[in-house]
Amino acid sequence: MESLTLTDVEQKYYSDLFVYCDTDNTKKVASNGRVLDLFRAAQLPSEVVLQITELCGATRLGHFGRSQFYIALKLIAIAQSGLPLRVESLNSVKDLPLPRFVVGKNEAEARHAALYPDTDSQGLYPASATAVIPRPPARGLQIKKGPATSIALPVHEVIQPLATNIEPQQPEPTSPVVSPDQSPPTSPHSWRKHHRQHSGGNVDRQQPAVVVAAAAGAVWTQFREPPTGPVPGEGMWPSHSPPLPGQESWVSFTADTPPSSTIPGMHPSSAQDSTTLRTAAMAGSTNEMQRQSSCYDDPWKITDEQRQYYINQFKTIQPDLTGFIPGSAAKEFFTKSKLPILELSHIWELSDFDKDGALTLDEFCAAFHLVVARKNGYDLPEKLPESLMPKLIDLDDSAEVPEAAADVGYSGSPVEDPPNKSPSMPSLNQAWPEMNQSNEQWETFSERSSSSQTLTQFDSNIAPADPDTAIVHPVPIRMTPSKIHMQEMELKRTGSDNNHPTSPLLTNPPELSEETNLPASMKFAASNSGGDGYSSSDSYTSDQEPITRQRSHSGTSPETLKVVAAPPPPPPRPHASHSRSSSLDMNRTFAAVTAPGQQQPSTIAYPPAVPPRPLPTQSSAPHTGHRVDAEGVPAGGAGLTTTSPHQIPQQPNFADFSQFTAFAASEQPSSLPEVDTHSEAGQVEKAPEGAGPLRTVKSDGQADERTAATVNSAKGASGPLAPPPKPVRRRLKSEDELRPEDEPLGPQKSNIIAAVLATQPSIPRSVGKDKKAIQASIRRNKETNTVLARLNSELQQQLKDLLEERISLEVQLEQLRPFSHL
Amino acid sequence: MAVCISVIAKENYPLYIRSVPTQNELKFHYTVHTSLDVVEEKISAVGKSLGDQRELYLGLLYPTEDYKVYGYVTNSKVKFVIVVDSSNTSLRDNEIRSMFRKLHNSFTDVMCNPFHNPGDTIQSKVFDGIVSGMMVTAG
Repeated sequence: MESLTLTDVEQKYYSDLFVYCDTDNTKKVASNGRVLDLFRAAQLPSEVVLQITELCGATRLGHFGRSQFYIALKLIAIAQSGLPLRVESLNSVKDLPLPRFVVGKNEAEARHAALYPDTDSQGLYPASATAVIPRPPARGLQIKKGPATSIALPVHEVIQPLATNIEPQQPEPTSPVVSPDQSPPTSPHSWRKHHRQHSGGNVDRQQPAVVVAAAAGAVWTQFREPPTGPVPGEGMWPSHSPPLPGQESWVSFTADTPPSSTIPGMHPSSAQDSTTLRTAAMAGSTNEMQRQSSCYDDPWKITDEQRQYYINQFKTIQPDLTGFIPGSAAKEFFTKSKLPILELSHIWELSDFDKDGALTLDEFCAAFHLVVARKNGYDLPEKLPESLMPKLIDLDDSAEVPEAAADVGYSGSPVEDPPNKSPSMPSLNQAWPEMNQSNEQWETFSERSSSSQTLTQFDSNIAPADPDTAIVHPVPIRMTPSKIHMQEMELKRTGSDNNHPTSPLLTNPPELSEETNLPASMKFAASNSGGDGYSSSDSYTSDQEPITRQRSHSGTSPETLKVVAAPPPPPPRPHASHSRSSSLDMNRTFAAVTAPGQQQPSTIAYPPAVPPRPLPTQSSAPHTGHRVDAEGVPAGGAGLTTTSPHQIPQQPNFADFSQFTAFAASEQPSSLPEVDTHSEAGQVEKAPEGAGPLRTVKSDGQADERTAATVNSAKGASGPLAPPPKPVRRRLKSEDELRPEDEPLGPQKSNIIAAVLATQPSIPRSVGKDKKAIQASIRRNKETNTVLARLNSELQQQLKDLLEERISLEVQLEQLRPFSHL
Repeated sequence: MAVCISVIAKENYPLYIRSVPTQNELKFHYTVHTSLDVVEEKISAVGKSLGDQRELYLGLLYPTEDYKVYGYVTNSKVKFVIVVDSSNTSLRDNEIRSMFRKLHNSFTDVMCNPFHNPGDTIQSKVFDGIVSGMMVTAG
């Protein structure tokens, strides 16, 4: 055989083809299927093929050695270009286009770029036989010149068309070789572009080959495209890769290559590229080299075409681009790539960024990319490369930045979280779809976004979530949701707090007040003694009105509030809505007012003749019966006691109210000696607890103003100071409502409460009818307050005792503990 | 730091076992194997009392003169056994617990991998990495 001088391009191309055909890897290709297919694909008449075979010496040898193969290929090129087959023409013909091998257009859409034969013969492209993903290393060996870029390109292109092609058939897991590594697709990209260009018009039939030749590696361009066709930008991807083995289903680049695999932006540049490349083609792919070199920076970068292909593949499994691919589906998909399970497992670990067992689009693209890389022989990285980090596809920069910032703070993406934007964004983005899909967290978020800075950012970022951008970054779900959840909870809390100042906050203040005001409670109790309680309750109502009312009330019920001390200094009224705050005020008030020392019993006994005040609201029912005149305290008390049992059970867990009732009862006890201090204390204790539910309930019930007022006052007694009169009113109302909900406390307390309730005349719904009635109810409420306050103090004292006891026990336990070892 | 970390499946065969290589690994294998009895005993003991609220962390299974063995069992009866050098007395219970927690988290990650079939030995590199992080950085 004559010495064959091949251009670099040709060399590459031929070597690729040779590898492709060299299924046995024996460095010589028998006249087996692949070779024959290849030659057939050359679309030369069989005689010509025979001639070529003869010429190249294969006939002699019986097989195609490498040189024979190359010669044959060159002869094919010659034949295709219409030149006579002459051995001597092998070296003489300049500017010989690379042999073109056309594969029948089976896959209509996909123009399967010819993939480099992969020794593994990975069946990438189901449609067109398996797209073999050439192994970069092998390729590299053969194609020294054109780094895998060209390979990548065509592969990529092939992949895309394949994608489209495959889609109808079945999602082909492995994407064509997209050798990320040294040959970042960019260069091949451009390469491709102009191939495409060429293929674009039938015009460049010849040229494409040339151009392709320019690209590193042989490009099998199958340009069969119809003259115009969607070529521009599409696809004809002159895939360099040699025809896939055994394929009849060879990737056919038909002009009408499926538009799916459009390579955007190719056209304009491609034209230029093509020209440049063309010029440089024969000279060597200088341009390409340049481009290739530029691509070396990021071997793991996914090109647009690749990404498009991946997206298409994603769609085959999960039509919703913002959705997830469950693990099982992904497993099937990627198993088709015929990579070992271990590697697939590793790829999964790398790509499932948020460890949720499902792949978002970004994760899927990363996984696919890794599979492709692996198939091409690149080793899998230990950590996910940055460029593969899940990130939004269309995220605006503006959105990205704040999102990243917010995201970073918001959800700590775990694991390999490179200190750049992408990981944080991915996490954020990832969180997005999860959020959106999983629950309404996001909605709630957005609602509350105003309350938090970060949230606001989130919202803004989320807002533009169009379907594409919806492909959020995978985020370590584990962390995010919890965080989000926590934040939500906080938000909820704050929001609810805002909305219902009573409930959560209410619970807090009372407790606070309870805890912090043990002494205060004592004082409170003390203050309750003698009209102080009332006055203090008045004060806590923080209102002149109540105070005055109280005064007047006390005037009316001299028995109870005989000693209406000077109106306790109006406690700092926290705010109307907060009964809690009022409770604080109350304590303070009481503290200020309380006469030193008066203990609960005394306080309890304080309101002597307080007319039995049925607890407002719920007790109203039973109380209605007892809506006795306030004056009849003793009688009322008796009545109360009798009614108390009823009332107690009726009352839900209203600690406060029970306190109040107890308080009231205790007030009664002034007339009702059997007031049980303990129970009162217990009730008082429970008051704070009940405050919470009370508060919450507050919002529920309808209330009786009077009862509300009473409740308020009662509440104040227990702790929170009543807010200004209006709120007091309201509070009373709610307290009334709450009261019914307060579950009966201990029997003792219940007794007290019952007593209180009984004593208190049920507050008629039609409050305000009678001024006197109102005043009476106010009185009653105040009495209840004082009673409950006393109870509270008593209970707190009990609590202290118990705590001390507990401490002592613990100490004992500690002392005994060392002996436990023995 | 642990000297040996192992993951044992429900059927009491090892899914993953890794020791500090300098020492006699077989010895650790035996140790882990014998510790399984203790684990079983603990599981059954607790199981009698309540069924649900079984503590996952089993604590010190048994100490020998050279080392201590800690156990942890998941709700699916997958057991983690950590062997710690006795000389390493500075290890507090909380640290052991946190090690188990990390192990458990990594284990669930491995399980979430669709390519991993439950019952297969664990071949995840990430899991290996985490385990290595917990092992004694002995020479």
